[in-house]
Order: sequence, then C-alpha cells, then structure tokens
Amino acid sequence: MTATAAPPRAEAPAEPPVHKASARKRLVPYWLLLPGILWLLVFFVLPMIYQASTSVQTGSLEEGFEVTWHFQTYWDALTEYYPQFLRSLLYAGTATALCLLLGYPLAYLIAFKAGRWRNLLLVLVIAPFFTSFLIRTLAWKTILADGGPVVEVLNTLHVLDVTSWLGMTEGERVLATPLAVVCGLTYNFLPFMILPLYTSLERIDTRLHEAAGDLYARPSTTFRKVTFPLSMPGVVSGTLLTFIPASGDYVNAELLGSTDTRMIGNVIQSQYLRILDYPTAAALSFILMAIVLIMVTVYIRRAGTEDLV
Amino acid sequence: MRWLRRNLVVIFGLGTLAYMILPNVVVTVFSFNNPTGRFNYAWQEFSLDAWKDPCGVADMCGSLSLSLQIALWATVVATALGTAIAFALVRYRFRARGAVNSLIFLPMAMPEIVMAASLLALFLNMGIQLGFWTILIAHIMFCLSFVVAAVKARVLSMDPRLEEAARDLYAGPVQTFVRVTLPIAAPGIAAGALLSFALSFDDFIITNFNSGNTVTFPMFVWGSAQRGTPVQINVIGTAMFVIAVLVVLAGQMVGNRRKKTQHQ
Repeated sequence: MTATAAPPRAEAPAEPPVHKASARKRLVPYWLLLPGILWLLVFFVLPMIYQASTSVQTGSLEEGFEVTWHFQTYWDALTEYYPQFLRSLLYAGTATALCLLLGYPLAYLIAFKAGRWRNLLLVLVIAPFFTSFLIRTLAWKTILADGGPVVEVLNTLHVLDVTSWLGMTEGERVLATPLAVVCGLTYNFLPFMILPLYTSLERIDTRLHEAAGDLYARPSTTFRKVTFPLSMPGVVSGTLLTFIPASGDYVNAELLGSTDTRMIGNVIQSQYLRILDYPTAAALSFILMAIVLIMVTVYIRRAGTEDLV
Repeated sequence: MRWLRRNLVVIFGLGTLAYMILPNVVVTVFSFNNPTGRFNYAWQEFSLDAWKDPCGVADMCGSLSLSLQIALWATVVATALGTAIAFALVRYRFRARGAVNSLIFLPMAMPEIVMAASLLALFLNMGIQLGFWTILIAHIMFCLSFVVAAVKARVLSMDPRLEEAARDLYAGPVQTFVRVTLPIAAPGIAAGALLSFALSFDDFIITNFNSGNTVTFPMFVWGSAQRGTPVQINVIGTAMFVIAVLVVLAGQMVGNRRKKTQHQ
C-alpha cells in the first residue's frame, strides 16, 4: 500500500490563497467562469424554463401550442402513467441494489487484494466505457436468448421457477421479461458503482485493518465496523450515479424488454419523438426530475454526507 | 472449505468481472460469425468477411467518423471551459460561488432524458434546425460538469506552495502557470478530457432527442437493432475495446515509469 510507504503529503490549506489586488485582478475568476457558465445557462437552465412553459401549454402540432397554464396536464400524466413511474423506480432501485452487491466485492478485491494485477483489473472495469454500450446491450440478447445456455442452466437449477413466482420472468423465457431489463440495467451501470467504491476503499489506511485484528476483531467484524463505514462516501456516490441514470433509462427496456416492461423513459421518448404530444412529455419529464431530486436530497440527508460534492 | 471462505471476496469479485466482460466476449466472438438472416444473434459459422471489409455496410463508417468528430470537438471545448471553471472555483473566493457549484452539480444529478427533452423543447421553440450543431452543443453541455469535477479534484490536492516557490524565484504569472501549475494539473485535465471523449462518443439518449436526421454511430447501432444488425458492428465494437485497453495500459505504463524516475 502506498499509504504506508509514501511520506505524508503536505496538506493543502483549506482556504485558497487570498488575492488582494487591483480591481482588474478581482475580476479574474469571473472571466474564467464566464464562457462555461454562460454555456450552462443557455443550454441547461434556459431549456428547463422552455420545458416548464411547454408543460403548461395546450394545442396540437398542426394548430400550434399556446401557454394556457393548463396544470391539468401534470395530473393527467401522473394518473395515466403512474405504473411506468413505479416500474422505473422499482427497476432502477433493484439494479442499484444488485450493483452494490456485485460491485462491492470487486472494488474490495481491486483495492486490497489485487497486488500487481490492480492496474489490469481497473482497465477491465473502465474499458467497456469505450465500446459502445448499445453494442454490448445487444450482446445480452444473444446471451439471454430463448433456449440458450444461460436460460438452460437457470431452468435446470430451478432459478426460473423462483423468478417466475416473483413475477420477474415468464415460463422458460428471460428475454422480454423484467429480469432481462434489470440484468441489462445492472450491467450497464456497474462501472459507475465500482469506481467510486474503489476510490473510497483505496483511501482507507490498511493499518486500521491490522489494528482491528490486533484487538481480536474477526474479519467480518472488521468489515462491519471499520471498512464499510469508511467506504460510505463511495457507497453514497455509487448508488446515486447508478440510480439516477437508471431511473431515466429507456434503452434496456426497449432492447431487452417488452411492452409490459416499459419504463417512464420509454414513455417520454415516444411522447416527444413519435406521438409529438409535447406538453404531456414535458410534464412527465418534470415529474421524473422532481421525484429523483427529492429522493436524492432525502437520501443524501439520511446518509449524512452532505459535503459530498 | 477454509480455502473457499478465505477467498470468498476474490471469487465473488472475479465473478462480477466475468459478468462485466461477458458481453465483450460475445461481441468479439460474433464478429467472426456469418449470419444467415438480417440479425446477428445466433451463431452460424466462422467467417473473416466482416473483418476484411469493416466499412462494407452502407453509412456505418460515415456515422463512425461523425461520432469521432463530435467527440473530439466536444472534448476540446468542454475541457477548455471546464478547466477554467475548476480553477476559478478552487483558487478564488467570490460571490455566487455556491450557486456556481450547484449549477455545475445539477446536470450530473439529473436523469439524462430530462436534459435531452428540455434541450429539444428549447430547439423546437426557437425553430433551430436539429443536426450536427445541436448534437455538439448538447454534448459540450453535459461533458462540462464532468471535466469540472475531474480537474477540481486534482487542483484541490495541489500544494499551492509550489506556485509560491515559483513566484519567489521571479517567475511571472504566465510562466508560473505554464511551467508549474499546468503540468501538475495535467493528469486531472487529461482524465476530464478522456471522460468527455468517452461520454460524448457513446452518448445515445441526448443524441437521440437532438440529432434530427443526423446519424451518429450509437444512432446507427440503435437503428440497426430494428432493421437488422450487420456483423461489422461487432467488428467495430471489438476494435474499440482492444484499442481502449491498449491506450489505457500504455497510459498507465507511462505514468508508472514517470513515478519511478521521480522517486530516484
């Protein structure tokens, strides 16, 4: 571990150096910020305002849309599409839990046990970022194909009986079922879980593990009382980085699911790009944004890592 | 049994890794397939045809080069703008610092589809023609936050005394920045740029909403999932994976060597 070998690094002071200089110098940060912030204001904030106005418009594509403060759209959208909302949160939540469950051992392995294989393992975690994720998601169609080896094995082990009973699969199929969609979501967002977990695990001083061992803590106790609490920042940012994009995703549901597994992303996409009902689509995406922001805020408060960002 | 218990983490970890690599293996294997139908989902027979003629599919390589161009420009612009913001945030106290921080954080804390839809709402309302420029604008927008985060992390851990030392040795502000600050911040900037490139090159959701009739590589793959997937898509996927692994490994080797020479 580098933590024990390297000399302690000089701590940077919390306060940045104070630039007490001319007015021209005081403007420096603003000049640095200007182009980037302007870009975000014009292409991030302004679009949100336009979308807000779209969501309270009425009309049709032929006659044009008009702002009529028609808030009914929100209510209608919510009552009509609440199954898709619930499904999105359920799928995204399950995928996030699975990512944590699957990702933690790998992050732990890379941080503490990989030795000289560490770099190679890290590369293998990052490399999929560079292969188009759509191609890899399509590969799941081959892997989970009806009558293929994976389905065969799951069937022989009676796993499919259990998942059918849970409503995750139907009969001897995995493709076009919720299980396939959750499997795809888990797969696609795993790197976003593993990297923050790894970063926070790697920062842990291994001498703490030795100290816990010296105090007769069993490995499981050491993990529960030392390692896991210290990795909480990684757990929090990993779950956020997984849950947020997964809740708005529509690619996995489209490629691996069926009409019964449509998520809210699929609805927004088809409202905007196929049905062209812009007010409903705008209202739906605002509701999604509100749900996610509220959940994230509550979660960050609960997890007690407000200084995360 | 004891061996099993002791190595439980290793076994589970490698299991996860296998889960992550499996699709890449399938993509590689099926790049040597010779499918009978329009779809390349079932194994038929070994063939090198697709590798001999990777651009043999209409429009595919065009979409690939378009994606590369967009990713390159998005990376250049987002890295420049993002690095400036990161330096301003770390090195200066000014009003509205908190507001700027939240503005940078928000795009990362929002489902991509919300941003995609709102940008479309803007472009539709303003009557802007969707295409290359709207894609580029959108990509720069969402890459920006990631660059700021990467560069900020690096600049935060920098020792400001190094710059003070440079100034004590009569280096001008420009000289200090170019000879001291920039080289130390370089890994953070490189990480941000690499992330931008990968995010932009692979982006589907925002591009899907704001591309109009312009077809980037992910859009091409998406379309082919409906019309029939040519084997060449797997060839490109395999090549990208191999190139990515080699580039990252090479980068790490250079980094390791530099670390070693610094320690001597």
